[in-house]
Amino acid sequence: MADKLVTRHLNAYFNQTRAVKDINLTFPEGKVTAIIGPSGCGKSTMVRCLNRMHEVVPGAHADGEVLLDGENIYDSAVDPVQVRRRIGMVFQKPTPFPTMSIEDNVAAGLTLNSAGISRAERNRIVEKSLRQAALWDEVKDHLRRPGGSLSGGQQQRLCVARALAVEPEVLLMDEPCSALDPISTARIEELLLELKSNYTIVIVTHNMQQAARTSDYTAFLYQGDLIEFGETNQIFTNPKRRETEDYITGRFG
Amino acid sequence: MAENVAVVGRETRRRVRVRLFGDRVFNLVTLGLAAIVLILLFALAIALIVDAMPAIRKFGFSFLVTSDWDPVNDLYGALPFIYGTAVSSAIALAIAVPLSLGVALCLSEMAPDWLSRRLGFLVDLLAAIPSVVYGLWAIFVLGPWLRDYVESFLGTYLGFLPIFAGPKVAVGMFSAGVVLAIMVIPYISSVCTDVFRVVPPTQREAALALGATKWEMVRMAVLPYGLSGIIGAIILGLGRALGETIAVAMVIGNSPQISASLFAPAATLASVIANEFAEATSDLYVSSLIALGLVLLGLGIVLNVIARLLVAAVARQRFDSSR
Ligand SMILES: Nc1ncnc2c1ncn2[C@@H]1O[C@H](COP(=O)(O)OP(=O)(O)OP(=O)(O)O)[C@@H](O)[C@H]1O
Ligand SMILES: [Mg+2]
Repeated sequence: MADKLVTRHLNAYFNQTRAVKDINLTFPEGKVTAIIGPSGCGKSTMVRCLNRMHEVVPGAHADGEVLLDGENIYDSAVDPVQVRRRIGMVFQKPTPFPTMSIEDNVAAGLTLNSAGISRAERNRIVEKSLRQAALWDEVKDHLRRPGGSLSGGQQQRLCVARALAVEPEVLLMDEPCSALDPISTARIEELLLELKSNYTIVIVTHNMQQAARTSDYTAFLYQGDLIEFGETNQIFTNPKRRETEDYITGRFG
Repeated sequence: MAENVAVVGRETRRRVRVRLFGDRVFNLVTLGLAAIVLILLFALAIALIVDAMPAIRKFGFSFLVTSDWDPVNDLYGALPFIYGTAVSSAIALAIAVPLSLGVALCLSEMAPDWLSRRLGFLVDLLAAIPSVVYGLWAIFVLGPWLRDYVESFLGTYLGFLPIFAGPKVAVGMFSAGVVLAIMVIPYISSVCTDVFRVVPPTQREAALALGATKWEMVRMAVLPYGLSGIIGAIILGLGRALGETIAVAMVIGNSPQISASLFAPAATLASVIANEFAEATSDLYVSSLIALGLVLLGLGIVLNVIARLLVAAVARQRFDSSR
């Protein structure tokens, strides 16, 4: 089993403050890795370093290495645009393009990646992605309506579909279910298991049950430090560190 | 102690009464000021209509569609000036809109913050130059330069098109359009810059995370989000171009004719009023000039209404049934 994504001494800064501290983590190929930890501990920041989205924030920068298939994506010869085409992302808050139609939202990444895509192929991918994201049945009759016209939870699933449409190798999901009802959440969790064979998935979550249900590995972050990393089973049944145990049993957080 | 409290209480009560009274006064004053603006607008329109009446009675609707402007025979038609206003403004927008969008994108997307603020200030300074200075500069520098380089270039390579045919002159419709473009760029670009700056970072990030390049991000996230603002900015610029008087009067050549060639002299509604009002001898002449002013006012109102409808339509499309 290959290590799809590896971080080495990864640090992330907002101006002078270090929000992510010296993280060494391995995300194995074809597995789901959950990132857990209390609010503000740096989960989003860490995940955004994995596809070079962290540096987009004004005043922010990262150092250390992130190896994608052994190649350091922070190498000066690497184009961040190419990295982001291979590593897709769903943000914590839904970010559909409000004026674009639902259909165009899903296909937005396709127009970037593959210039001459046929109409039929495009429609096929749109439908497939929307089905995967458990949104197809709700929107199939008004694909031309603007993306901004959906509810918050629908918008989030639209963003999941948009990320899936370009078939990235790695999928980063930052609390994708925080705005979803239990049914959609269950559907997204099924999706993770379904996708696992073809994708490497990193999911940030506040929901311990979700992490336990969906992930193979779990990393616990606290105040920017990686406290513990291991197989999900072991983390939840037999954590090695006191802080991890306190967190997953709800004694602080 | 107790006495103090009582005093405070009484003071407070009095102050409340004073404040309520103050509120009422404030409401009345603002209402009055708003009413004054409305009354002024109506008074202006009515005065224009009354003074334009002789021309309207004499020529009727044909005033708008005939192109004789012949003070010697007391015959007046507005068409050359409507045409001149429309075409010079169209040239101005054709040049200014792409340039302004470029400037705005450069300031909001490309330049680092410190540079962007300084450059933005310089662009805004363009708006502070008096129009008569633009006019002088156009007569002595821009016009001859356009004639010698741009017009001769267009004439050589695109001269088969009637609009680029004919003799090249320094004063004419084309020069006026270019000056107007330069004059409206600061308005359009500074509004657009502000519009682009308020596009939420999450929208930009959504595009970037899909693997968009900077330009693709602009096309995917920034321009659509800012569309209604861009339309507003263009209408603002158009309003400026339609009404601009002195700079245009100095450089357009002031000839009441409709020529196919953009290089030929022309005149606009505003420029002919400024140029001929002092020498208007007959009552019908004066009245016709005032009627031109009325047409200009009407054009402005129509334009503003269209702008509002457009912006509202775009806004409605975005939030369509999102409630
Ligand atoms: N744009 C920013 N500028 C400055 N500091 C920031 C910025 N974004 C986040 N931070 C800081 O970085 C730290 C980590 O934030 P981050 O968003 O990664 O937390 P998180 O673990 O994702 O929290 P949550 O579970 O609430 O989403 C926090 O202390 C936060 O204050
Ligand atoms: Mg977060």
